[in-house]
Amino acid sequence: MFAEAIEQILQDLCTPAAVRAIEAGASPAPLWHAVESAGFLELLASEADGGAQLPLADLFPILCNFGRYTVPLPLAQSIAARALAPAHMLPAGMITLAAALRREADGSLCCPLIPCGVIADFVLARDDAALLLLPGALAQRSASGVRGSLTATLTWCDDSGATRIPGDGAALTAFAAAAHAALLSGAITRVFEMTLQHCKDRVQFGKSLGKFQAVQHQLSVMAEHTAAASIAAAAAFHTEDRTPTFLRAAMAKSRTSEAAVLVAATAHALHGAIGVTEEYDLQLLTRRLHEWRMTHGSEAHWNLLIGQHVLANDLSLVELVCSA
Amino acid sequence: MNPLISAFRFTALPPETNAFRAAIKDFLKSDMEDSAPDVRARSWMGFSAAFSKKLAARGWVGITLPKQYGGANLDALSRFVLVEELLAVGAPVGAHWIADRQSGPLILKFGSEAQRRFYLPKICAAEAFFCIGMSEPNAGSDLASVGTRATRCANGWRLNGRKIWTTHAHRCHYMIALVRSSGEPQQQQEGLSQFIVDLSLLGVTVRPIRDLTGDDHFSEVFFDDVLLADDALIGTEGEGWAQVNAELAFERSGPERVYSSIVLLEHWINCLRRGPDAAVHAATIGRFTTHLATLRNMSIAVTAKLMNGASPALEAALVKDIGTEFEQSIPVAIAAAISMNPDAAVDPALYRTVAYLSQIAPTYSLRGGTREIMRGMIARGLGLR
Ligand SMILES: Cc1cc2nc3c(=O)[nH]c(=O)nc-3n(C[C@H](O)[C@H](O)[C@H](O)COP(=O)(O)OP(=O)(O)OC[C@H]3O[C@@H](n4cnc5c(N)ncnc54)[C@H](O)[C@@H]3O)c2cc1C
Repeated sequence: MFAEAIEQILQDLCTPAAVRAIEAGASPAPLWHAVESAGFLELLASEADGGAQLPLADLFPILCNFGRYTVPLPLAQSIAARALAPAHMLPAGMITLAAALRREADGSLCCPLIPCGVIADFVLARDDAALLLLPGALAQRSASGVRGSLTATLTWCDDSGATRIPGDGAALTAFAAAAHAALLSGAITRVFEMTLQHCKDRVQFGKSLGKFQAVQHQLSVMAEHTAAASIAAAAAFHTEDRTPTFLRAAMAKSRTSEAAVLVAATAHALHGAIGVTEEYDLQLLTRRLHEWRMTHGSEAHWNLLIGQHVLANDLSLVELVCSA
Repeated sequence: MNPLISAFRFTALPPETNAFRAAIKDFLKSDMEDSAPDVRARSWMGFSAAFSKKLAARGWVGITLPKQYGGANLDALSRFVLVEELLAVGAPVGAHWIADRQSGPLILKFGSEAQRRFYLPKICAAEAFFCIGMSEPNAGSDLASVGTRATRCANGWRLNGRKIWTTHAHRCHYMIALVRSSGEPQQQQEGLSQFIVDLSLLGVTVRPIRDLTGDDHFSEVFFDDVLLADDALIGTEGEGWAQVNAELAFERSGPERVYSSIVLLEHWINCLRRGPDAAVHAATIGRFTTHLATLRNMSIAVTAKLMNGASPALEAALVKDIGTEFEQSIPVAIAAAISMNPDAAVDPALYRTVAYLSQIAPTYSLRGGTREIMRGMIARGLGLR
């Protein structure tokens, strides 16, 4: 029921036009306030903190929809933050998650390439085993410079404005990866659907593109990778725990990131020139596929960690996969 | 969401299967003979009647069949666990494989009560091994153009024609053959029927065919005026095409479309764990792990659909295509990895196993329907054809 209510908000306020406007600098406040005032940021907050303590499996379709609707705010991150830290210790405002926190020799702090770093009010970062909450207001923000992207590197001259928050640093890494896997899965599915529809509608040589066997087979392969990405992402959220486990989150992010490349490439190939125009909505999705693939570790990052985990283990690969 | 994508719903194996899995592991430790990885890499093409009989003695052949026919009345997810454990260690399951996977369920679904009583207990006891008689020299991908013909005669049918690529026909007792019982080949899907052919009958000649690795797992089968009794017909005359397609959903979705190269992958990992090169290949291992876990989840999702009585032929085609691609990618990567450095010693068994798989892996996307046929089926399911 939460999922439908949230999707209604997205349908009304996260239209392609609204996404383009926010990317161009318009205020994200209407969308943000609609979600916040309906209480949906507290989906994962514990019941003691007045939250819904939603099982992660029920959160999954909601995060997928954030990807599907190309939500240009850190909604997934702000919701996840409530499972990573005690909700009452979190401030009001948009919280995003940092993939890394570097402490420089001069005492300054740097979080490189934070998703939604241009607009987020706070950054929740992993400081080794613990968590650090950093205020955006005190940061120097340096946008990535990629057109339409809200990714930015944030630096603080010292940690005087930072708040130490009780929590588990490793859980932040896993949740951020899993959340982006869900975003990717939602966006990948939407790209697949748009491409399928386009191939049914567009006529060349007197028949729809989808009648050509070469095109059919590309769409079939796209469907395979879409299904794989979707179930890999879902697996990370099917847990009794409050945050995804390392191995499932790692595999989810790796598999969705790998699929993102194939799906984006096939989508553009089959759309032809119209697909790369600013006016056509495909670009809202494929730009994000590339960005989210690189956010919180690409498949190259996670495959290495997963492989190291396997090689350091005594179990057979199948035993390890069955117990993951 | 697109219905084909949403069909792949994450399904966890029920916790009850854990005890079953542990029992299978114990059995395999005590009852499966040790053999080299390149032998175990034969996977479900490995044939050992003795092993199948041992498995049957535990009640683990035909486990999804009802108790009254000798089965264990377990569900498809339990069978998934059993098959997964057998494949994981490269157990020689070929003898009972086809009967367990599809002939048994087919006879249960379409057979008469007498046929069920006759065949199913023999299947469960590993006393009746089955093979699939679909392909012919002129009917490969275009299966509906089969030319082998059954004609009515007194007391039954007269069978003439020829099947080819029939896995283990020369070691099996029965073939379930798709043949034309009326009409002409141009009529394609109409007029086809399935018959259970006793391969010891007069007029049946079986000639094994050797493959490029030196193995002879498949055969050519000739029918010259073979007289079949009335009750050789299984299911409904003329409904062969629909029956075959129900059967193919069982054939295409299982873990064997994901695990065919697993013995090689496990052996490579073991060699890396013992040697100095682990770090170099960690990312490759990580990618295979990710794909394996994902494909396994996809296969479980389809199995759960089978269990609920659906016939997810489309989903099965999808799993088969992407699963066999994964299986084929494993020897490619490992052959490259172990010959990255010509100075380094290569484990001899690893070398033989990767060589075997490099040679045989092309068959993974042929048997059970080719890659192009699977992609065509998916396209049809997407509404493109
Ligand atoms: C190891 C092994 C075991 C087998 N076991 C059995 C068995 O037990 N029982 C049984 O009945 N059969 C069995 N087969 C046969 C298998 O089902 C066939 O090989 C398969 O269906 C393909 O037929 P074909 O070999 O005649 O190839 P063809 O149909 O001639 O295909 C050759 C190539 O052409 C492509 N092609 C064909 N038609 C089209 C099209 N419409 N569009 C695009 N491309 C097309 C194919 O995809 C393939 O790439 C086995 C095969 C192998 C390799």
